[in-house]
Order: sequence, then C-alpha cells, then structure tokens
Amino acid sequence: MNLGRREFNKLLISGIAGSTMGIFGGVRSGFAAQNRVVVVGGGFGGASAAKYLKKLDPSLSVTLVEPRTAYITCPFSNLVLAGLKTMGEITRTYATLASRYGIEIVIDTAVAIDAARSTVALKSGKVLHYDRLIVSPGIDFRWDAIPGYSQSVAETAMPHAYHAGPQTELLYAQLRAMKNGETVLICPPAMPFRCPPGPYERASLIACYLKEQKPKSKIVILDPKDKFSKQALFRKGWDRLYPGMIEWRGAAAGGKVQSVDASGMTVTTELEVVKGAVINIIPPQTAGKIAVDSGLTNSSGWCPINPVSFESTLHAGIHVIGDACIAGAMPKSGFAASSQGKVAAAAIIRLLRGKVPVPPSLVNTCYSLLAPDYGVSVAGVYRLSAEGIVEIPGSGGLTPIDATDDQLNQEAMFAHGWYNNIVNDTWG
Amino acid sequence: MTSKFQIVLSACIVSSVLFCISMDTVAAGKKNKKTGQVVVVDPRGEGLALSCAGCHGTDGKSAGIIPDIYGKSPEYIESALKDFRSGVRTSSVMGRHSKGYSDEEIHLIAQYFGALRKMNK
Repeated sequence: MNLGRREFNKLLISGIAGSTMGIFGGVRSGFAAQNRVVVVGGGFGGASAAKYLKKLDPSLSVTLVEPRTAYITCPFSNLVLAGLKTMGEITRTYATLASRYGIEIVIDTAVAIDAARSTVALKSGKVLHYDRLIVSPGIDFRWDAIPGYSQSVAETAMPHAYHAGPQTELLYAQLRAMKNGETVLICPPAMPFRCPPGPYERASLIACYLKEQKPKSKIVILDPKDKFSKQALFRKGWDRLYPGMIEWRGAAAGGKVQSVDASGMTVTTELEVVKGAVINIIPPQTAGKIAVDSGLTNSSGWCPINPVSFESTLHAGIHVIGDACIAGAMPKSGFAASSQGKVAAAAIIRLLRGKVPVPPSLVNTCYSLLAPDYGVSVAGVYRLSAEGIVEIPGSGGLTPIDATDDQLNQEAMFAHGWYNNIVNDTWG
Repeated sequence: MTSKFQIVLSACIVSSVLFCISMDTVAAGKKNKKTGQVVVVDPRGEGLALSCAGCHGTDGKSAGIIPDIYGKSPEYIESALKDFRSGVRTSSVMGRHSKGYSDEEIHLIAQYFGALRKMNK
C-alpha cells in the first residue's frame, strides 16, 4: 500500500518534471508567448483536445493541423457498409471548432517535429512554434507484415477500410459487386489494434446486408487471436441473427494469415488456402507516421507516455494521445482518444500555469451494432495506479449475456445517441 | 525509504517555487456571462465531469435519446449516480460506469454540473 502510494507520487512528480522542462523551453521564446498549443491530427483525440483547450482556457492560442478538410469517422463506418448510413452522415468538418471556439485550423500535413526547437514543420514549408504540442496521429499500417500484401494491394484489391473514406467506399462497392453464394473473408490483426470490436461488428453488419441481398453467401473470419472483444455477445448474436452465415476461425483453428495473393484473391493460413470474392485484410498497425518519424515511438511501434498528462516519456513538451499512445488498460478507440484529449488539455493548461495536473479520470464507452435493432456495449472507467492506467475493479463491463430483446434494442438506440453526442462533443 | 520521501518532498518544494510566479485562474473560478458572478469550479470535479460529455454531450447537453445532465440539480445528479451504482435504479451502462466512482467523486461531479448551471443562469 505504502509502496503503491510512493510509486504513485513518483508518477505525479514525473509529470511535474516534464512541465519544468516545458517552462525552460518556453523561456527562450518569451514568457508572454507561453500559451501556444499546436495539435497535430484532427480525429477524435486531436479535435477533442483542441476544443477543450479553448473551452477551458479561451486565452490560449490553439492551432489544429489536419491534412483533410473534413473527417470521416471510423465509428459507424460499418453501418455505411451495410447501407444503413451514408458517407455524408459520418463526415464532420472543422467549421464549428474554428467559429465557436476560435481554433486556428491549418489544412496541411505535419512532416517533422523538432523537439529541441519546439517547432512543427508542415508539408507546405510553413513552420509552427509551440509551447506545448499534442500529437494525435491515429494509426498507420505495417504494410510489409504479410507477404503478398502492400499499400497498393489494399488500394486496389483487398481494402482494410480501417481509415474511413475511399477504403470504406472500395469495400462497399466490392460487397455490392460480389455474387450470391460467394464468400467474404475478414482478417483482423493480433492485439493491440484500433477498435478491438470493429472487425466483429463489421462481420455482423456485412451479414445484415448479405442476409437480405445475397443470402447464400458466407463470411469467414480468419483470426490470429484465441479470443476477441465482446466475443460471447457477438457469437450469441450471430447464432440468433445470422445462423450459419459467419464462421470464426481463431488461432487454434489455424486462423493466422501467412500470406495473401491479390491476383488469385486467396489467403493462405497455417492450414489451408481460402478463396474470397471480397477480402478485407486489416493489417497490423503502428502509431501514425509523424509519431514514428519524430522518435515518439518505442520498439513496440507505439508511443510511451506519462499517464498523468499524456506527455511523451521520450520528448518533453510533446503529448501523445489516442490510438498512437500506450495508455495501459484503455483500448484504442475514438471514445478513449477523446477522453485522453480532455485529460491532456486540462493537464496542459495547468502545466502552462505552473500547476501540477490533477490525477486523470478516463473513460471508454463503445457500442457495436449487430443489426439495426440489436446493439451491445462495453464500458470502462480508468484511473492512475502504480501500474499506470488501470480499470477500476468492479466497474465497467459488457451488456449482460442474458439481455432481453428489449434491452438489446435499447442498446441499439443508445448506440445512435452515443454516436451523435461523441461526434458533437469532438467537432461540434 | 527516507530518501525516496525526501525526493518527493524536495520535488514538491522545487515545483512550488518554480510555479509561484504563475497565475491561479484556470478552472478555479469562472464568471457568469450575464451577472459577472464568479462561480468556483473544483478542477477535480471538472476533470471527472468532462468524462460524462462523451455520451451526454458537451456540458451534459445531449442531442438525442441519451438524457441531458445539464440543468439538473446537483442533489438529483448525486442521488441518481448513487442509485445507479447500488442497482436501486436500473440502467444499461450507467450502473457499469457509476461503480467506478467513490461517494466523494460523485459529489464532485454533481457539484460541477451545479456550478455549470449557476454559470449560465
């Protein structure tokens, strides 16, 4: 108990140590200017951080750097595949963040971070100076992880659809073009990866489309894992909604993908060669490119952070949030990224004012739809301990496995309310 | 054991010396836009309550089926969270969430929404 408290204090102290470095770094550029925060990445993490920085302290100068003029959310992109939502309905712009909160939106790509000079270089040649930097780059893909697979294969034949946008549209088109009776292969990666329930919600909602339009077709999930997120709830739902349509082959059933052949449209596992009319390879991932290029990642490919403030343990003054960071027990989800964005924003404001950040309070809530009227959810409440970010024992958890049809229908309705509010809380 | 304690203590002293030049405005008090009255906001309560916005909307103003928190009295919020936690009140996710908060934290969350209501009255 005593040891835990001491370790806990050390974590808080390390948050302060980072802040003093930030103060000294800021002195160079003048004390009065110590309020410039640059945010790289306009997804759930970055947009939430930018919004809450200005909401909590309107005197700050906040610049958000994002290459796209509008953001298409990965949450609910599986509903687009099923024909239940349009791409337009899952697209948000930065207009409100600019007009209501006074955030400067820079449509550009961050190409280099100089931690010693506290600058971010953009593709256009422009250089931004910061007193504190937030990096929220999301994920990038390990294109060389699977023999036969590449970025070009993903863009032409085997979409990952794990960045919503053209990849979602390609997978959508392939599902419409396939014939009744043909097979869809979904190949998720090992942990850790973005949105752990995502591939299984995708299988459910593709089945929802196929059941109506191509009822003789099947979905086979080739998985390197022994278990997956919300597994019992998904499997029960699949048996009830889509009997015989979705087959999951885990590690024990030789589900691990060894290689792919884009010209023959096949996937080779440890045991067999499987042919698919549509093949959705979701490759292993790393932190987004700018984090890797800037030395913010460790050998795992993800970014170690101080869990009090989400400040990088590798470069002072730079905070990494969202899928890119190593956030202990928290999953890589848009909701978690948004929660981390708020914690980082509040911590940065206190650090800029020479105060110690308050211990973080973090949450995750994720809904998955198995059909328009069938939803399940996972909740998690997280706090700091000597072991870093941990889930509070006895809290959180899943929709009960014995939930009634009414409860599952209510969860589906809440899924829509949840989506609207988290998206509005981030970009609205 | 003593040395570790001293490190913690000295770091606290060093940090407080470094930070004494700073202003103490953030999240300590916010002005009502109409009356100018300063409403005290506990930064811990704020940190805890910002979590609610993900599902219940910014400042607890919900756009859809999920209930609003904004505008509700601190007494109501506190008793609702405690009832979700004990199971007296049935829920989908609120029982799972509220089990992650102590009595004190629930009180802080309720007080934060109370302060928010005062700020915009």
